[in-house]
Amino acid sequence: MKTYNNKAWWLVLPVFVLVAFSAIIPMMTVVNYSVQDIFDPSTRYFVGTEWYREILADPRLHDSLVRQFIYSFCVLAIEVPLGIVVALSMPRRGLGVPFSLILLSLPLLVPWNVVGTIWQIIGREDIGLYGWTLNSLGLDYNYASNPRDAWITVLVMDVWHWTSLVALLCYSGLRSIPDVYYQAARIDRASHWAVFRFIQLPKLKNVLLIAVMLRFMDSFMIYTEPFVLTGGGPGTATTFLSQTLTQMALGQFDLGRAAAFSLIYFLIILLVTWVFYTAMTHNDDKG
Amino acid sequence: MRLRKSLVMLVYLLFVLVPIYWLVNMSFKSNREILGGLSLWPAAPTLDNYRVIFTEPTWYMSYLNSLSYVSMNMLISLLVALPAAYAFSRYRFLGDRHMFFWLLTNRMAPPAVFLLPFFQLYSAVGLFDTPIAVALAHCLFNVPLAVWILEGFMSSVPKEIDETAYIDGYTFPKFFIRIFLPMIRPGIGVTAFFCFMFSWVELLLARTLTSVDAKPIVAQMTRTVSASGIDWGVLAAAGVVALLPGIAVIYFVRNHVAKGFALGRV
Repeated sequence: MKTYNNKAWWLVLPVFVLVAFSAIIPMMTVVNYSVQDIFDPSTRYFVGTEWYREILADPRLHDSLVRQFIYSFCVLAIEVPLGIVVALSMPRRGLGVPFSLILLSLPLLVPWNVVGTIWQIIGREDIGLYGWTLNSLGLDYNYASNPRDAWITVLVMDVWHWTSLVALLCYSGLRSIPDVYYQAARIDRASHWAVFRFIQLPKLKNVLLIAVMLRFMDSFMIYTEPFVLTGGGPGTATTFLSQTLTQMALGQFDLGRAAAFSLIYFLIILLVTWVFYTAMTHNDDKG
Repeated sequence: MRLRKSLVMLVYLLFVLVPIYWLVNMSFKSNREILGGLSLWPAAPTLDNYRVIFTEPTWYMSYLNSLSYVSMNMLISLLVALPAAYAFSRYRFLGDRHMFFWLLTNRMAPPAVFLLPFFQLYSAVGLFDTPIAVALAHCLFNVPLAVWILEGFMSSVPKEIDETAYIDGYTFPKFFIRIFLPMIRPGIGVTAFFCFMFSWVELLLARTLTSVDAKPIVAQMTRTVSASGIDWGVLAAAGVVALLPGIAVIYFVRNHVAKGFALGRV
């Protein structure tokens, strides 16, 4: 049970000021763009909700939105369970700890454009290890021409890149479980599954909530890696939402329309994340 | 059981390491060898790619620029997020749940269109092309993350510990620094690492808010793409060098991550 005390605002205030400085003005500017047709800084017309209506009816948005949801779903369905398994398998003491922590965090530290580059090379059938191996095993693998292969490559790249994030969060969550819980479980002769289900999983809930939401948001906004790897192709097979948006903002130079698109995009992420958040915390604050 | 766990770990680490190995492998090859065919190790190992990075000022300065804004960002994020996370984990106050969720919404804005207003904002306050501009802009996504992760760890510390400490005559700052922070060390370690990581690899904001003086390494890397094609070797070498500071950070925080939480301390 938490105490009600409005003085706690003083502890939150620095965060609020710092974040609001970078958040509110740019957001308002984008809202302002989204209701105007802008030709150049001095020639602009108020168009109201026209951009919004146009975008909501745009089939390109629908296509990339569906693709995006399938992609984010796959990412979560693979990375969250895999991350938990890896965290549970990590050593608890000894030299293995720093060793596996460092190795696990390596993919996270690679700049995103380099991530795309690595997989671009390693997937090529002539000079890349994976592409060459798959083809010499008799599989006809080519991410540049086959949409299915491109999809799988982008997905495997994401799993490689980000599962460590889930694993590290879960590992540090597991390390904060006091030993007495395990001792009690040993006295009760609890099975491994029971220890996981009734001790580890409930204690992991907080970090899992963060992991799921982070992975959802970031996978939903993925841009650099598939852009470098496949350029959105073949065709539009791996053109996700943010790439459609960038094409609109830079390629066609439609600032107003792109701004309206960004806000719709933002609201979709907001809505889904809010659903996750509410679903995972609705039991918490009954008191 | 133990054997199965080690096996899972081994297989996963292999999966993690093969692409990294490929990156390192590429960084010791010439472009001709990279594009010439498949080879598991460099036939004619060369340090030319690394020589470019360590002798050309645009390259090594960009590393220093990145390091400066990333460390500023890490420090600012932790300093403001620690008290805020404590407030969220211990008290109810006006608008707390809305505020908590609002913080996270700042990670959700797709960057493409927001870059222009960011550029205008930071130019207007005279910070354009300084490391502090990037450090402040990165707070937009790192501070909410830090608050969220730390709040999770703080909430798992029983509240009785706070109460006992206050009864024993500790003031809030003394309790917070001497007793509370050591208890959530794994959380602080993980948070510091994540702040470092997200700020280090972020490309779009860092590139938009800098031009010459504060140019970050991620922006410098995009320069390897030129009319004559991509300079794969230099790009790979730059990627390898970009891993090193992160490895140092995770090495420093490893004990905090691994130490766990000793209930017997209080």
